[in-house]
Amino acid sequence: MGISVEGADKRFGDFQALKDVSIEVPDGSLTALLGPSGSGKSTLLRAIAGLEALDSGRVLIEGEDVSKKPTQKREVGFVFQHYAAFKHMTVYENVGFGLKIRKQDKAQISKRVHELLDLVQLEGLADRYPSQLSGGQRQRMALARALAVEPQVLLLDEPFGALDAKVRKDLRTWLRRLHEEMHVTTIFVTHDQEEAMDVAGQLVVMNEGRVEQSGSADELYEHPANEFVMSFVGEVNQLGDHFVRPHDMEVVLDPDERTQEGLVQRIVTLGFEVRVELVLSDGTEVWAQLTRAELQRLELREGQIAYLRPVQAKSFNGTSPSHPRGASTPHGSHDGGDAEVPAAV
Amino acid sequence: MTATATSRWGLRVLGLGYVFLLLLLPLGLIFYKTFEHGIAPPLDAITSPDGLHALKLTLITVAIAVPLNTVFGIGCALLLVRHKWRFNFLVDAVINLPFAISPIVIGLSLFLLYGTDGWFGPTFAEAGIKILFSVPGMVLACIFVSLPFVVRETVPVLQEIGTEQEQAASTLGANAWQTFWRVTLPAIRWGVAYGVVLTTARVLGEFGAVSIVSGSISGQTQTLPLFVAKQYENFNLPGAFGASVLLALLALTTLLAMNLLKRKEDA
Amino acid sequence: MEAGTLTRSRAPRGAPRGARVRLPGVGAGLGRGMVVLYLSIIVLLPLAALTDQSLSLGLSHFWDQVTQPQAIKSLKLTLVASLIVVLINGFFGTILAWLLVRDEFPGKSIVNAVIDLPFALPTIVASLILIQLWGDKSPFGVHIALTQAAVVVALLFVTLPFVVRAVQPLLMEMDQEMEEAAASLGAGGFTIFRRIIFPNLLPGLGAGIALAYARALGEFGSVLLFAGGLPSTMVSSVFIRQQIESGNDTGAAAVSVVLLAASLLCLAVVSLIQRWSSRHERSQVEVGSTIMPFAGGGGV
Repeated sequence: MGISVEGADKRFGDFQALKDVSIEVPDGSLTALLGPSGSGKSTLLRAIAGLEALDSGRVLIEGEDVSKKPTQKREVGFVFQHYAAFKHMTVYENVGFGLKIRKQDKAQISKRVHELLDLVQLEGLADRYPSQLSGGQRQRMALARALAVEPQVLLLDEPFGALDAKVRKDLRTWLRRLHEEMHVTTIFVTHDQEEAMDVAGQLVVMNEGRVEQSGSADELYEHPANEFVMSFVGEVNQLGDHFVRPHDMEVVLDPDERTQEGLVQRIVTLGFEVRVELVLSDGTEVWAQLTRAELQRLELREGQIAYLRPVQAKSFNGTSPSHPRGASTPHGSHDGGDAEVPAAV
Repeated sequence: MTATATSRWGLRVLGLGYVFLLLLLPLGLIFYKTFEHGIAPPLDAITSPDGLHALKLTLITVAIAVPLNTVFGIGCALLLVRHKWRFNFLVDAVINLPFAISPIVIGLSLFLLYGTDGWFGPTFAEAGIKILFSVPGMVLACIFVSLPFVVRETVPVLQEIGTEQEQAASTLGANAWQTFWRVTLPAIRWGVAYGVVLTTARVLGEFGAVSIVSGSISGQTQTLPLFVAKQYENFNLPGAFGASVLLALLALTTLLAMNLLKRKEDA
Repeated sequence: MEAGTLTRSRAPRGAPRGARVRLPGVGAGLGRGMVVLYLSIIVLLPLAALTDQSLSLGLSHFWDQVTQPQAIKSLKLTLVASLIVVLINGFFGTILAWLLVRDEFPGKSIVNAVIDLPFALPTIVASLILIQLWGDKSPFGVHIALTQAAVVVALLFVTLPFVVRAVQPLLMEMDQEMEEAAASLGAGGFTIFRRIIFPNLLPGLGAGIALAYARALGEFGSVLLFAGGLPSTMVSSVFIRQQIESGNDTGAAAVSVVLLAASLLCLAVVSLIQRWSSRHERSQVEVGSTIMPFAGGGGV
């Protein structure tokens, strides 16, 4: 069950927002649609909600084809980046809106609204207006409002995008805990890969209207299907045809047949991690991630020559990596070719 | 996305049908009726001495009233936006008055002020300056009715651009006039232009107030709108229509200018 | 503060943008003086003269003039017709604003431009045209010239843009996501309009209607020829003119003052609406370009 999208196409004028997109979202899961601006993730989410009509393709919710159903009948809860609070209504009226138009009686509404306000930790603010709330509070209200009508699915469109970094982090954790409690199938859209990996059980990476890959955070990180996914989910260095994660770049002081020479340009300590930026003899700029201990052991200095050895590398065009190291490079099997590979779960 | 197809079409029929009946039909009819019997009758009427004089008078009133209100408008807007004064709200209220007062009332009040029994009447009479039944009175009436437009269009633009550009100019050594001329004015020019177009349209079409103040004396104190009314009263329909078409063309030009400037303002 | 610079900050730090002094103190004072002078000469003195004249023969005379049968008849007609008109245009104007903001159809930009026609067209011309369309020689067989219906139609013509232009910016500014949120919660089209869109349009609509009413009260040119000066079709402005022509300046002034008071009341209502809406942080209902873009004043 859960949510399925099959072969979705959507164009806006000359712009093709979705190109034959198909995804499966398992029931009760918390899935992130991850991608850069213009990748189609919001369009896909809105299509699931019925706020955009697809040019072709189907949307199924809990096994039912809802493609022809208008938004109001799909029983989806939707949360917007800028809250979409009903500014002329109080918090209470906002949260109770869905119940009111379903003609529930006052006592029922009151009970449910207060239940939800407790859940989202806005108790006591029922009589305030949205303009009197902070951004984080407004978003929690929006969530309560969406949950009030017990939707089948919960859709969130960059829900934390308009909030400060600290509030964003707090709400992330909070959303995850909420999901653990409520188990409503949830999809949220984000361009922040850290957020996606932190919150979601499943990630769907999109680019230019297509699904690049979907899977768990680990899968995407360890076994990216192509260059786009690899560079979008996590950091990456490009050495010719091969892509190496910074923490897979070993820095040594003596060369051997597997190393490349590089000039240390800059050493930056960011908290616990150390970032060593180097430039190779062919001009490529790369950076390696070391621990403080490693940095001290190597006694690296800016302006020094050092040698880089990729521990693991991936390539996506059919050639095997040039410096295989034991069994930890099974990545030949992931030669995915170009970025057009849609991945099913 | 939130309206169904049927309701959308229903609204379209209602709304557009209304606009067609109320606005478009009349507009089309002016042109049709005027040239119904050929171009000669209307042309004769307009090129008659009275007609030409009316046109001239209309243009004169525009040429005096519009620049005056423009200068006032910009200055007043600057004062309202950039300077706090406890009576600003009063200034604001007075500027809004012409929007709500009937032009007949305006005409009458001018008539009373400058008439033979009025407060200013005798003074001007002694000085030999004719206010009523003459151009100055008409100009005063036109200024009154078109007072608010430039101010109203300039104020929001001034508010929006803020003072930063002006402050930057002053740090670069510009004095008040230079800053105004080179920084402020260019920044507000589309708002001002829009206000000027509105003012002009209003003055061109002014009827009620001017009719009282001028006495509508043919060939002397008749503007084009007054001319139209007079022609109609004399059962000279082609004449009335000829002048009307002229005014309508001016109106359409105004509409065009308004729309072009609106887009520039929004940009 | 550097000497000789343009901005000598009189306002404390953190003063609202736009509150800083732009001209040296003398300049501002002079400017204010000139503004006050201009406004006095152009607006205030004439109105003062009007009021003075109306009371020149005493309060009871004022009252007599104002309660003349025809004066009352005209006032009633004016007040009632204007009310009917603003309600009708409130309805159609909102529909049009919605169509112009939320709908797409061929010729939309033309319709948008044409809405301003009543602002740009001299009202006397409008009067003429209305006679041709709906008068004796009407091609549609509708003959309402010189009737009370003519008053209504003429006023409909001149006041339509007020409402449309007052509602349009509010609709444009309105967060469409509120409507989408309501839809996701199960609300149908009409419910969305009733509970979400309309409450948020109310301030603009209210202000637009109040201004339209003020305009309708004073309208002259478009009703003059079309509705004429029959006792039953004479609006107050036409009545006043008639009084002037009969030489009854005081009477004319008296009725004018009444009309003026009514118009001022409308302006006060608009001002109240604005204050209320900004306090409740609804979408801003601004005086100026949004409400009165081309308000043609109290009739032409």
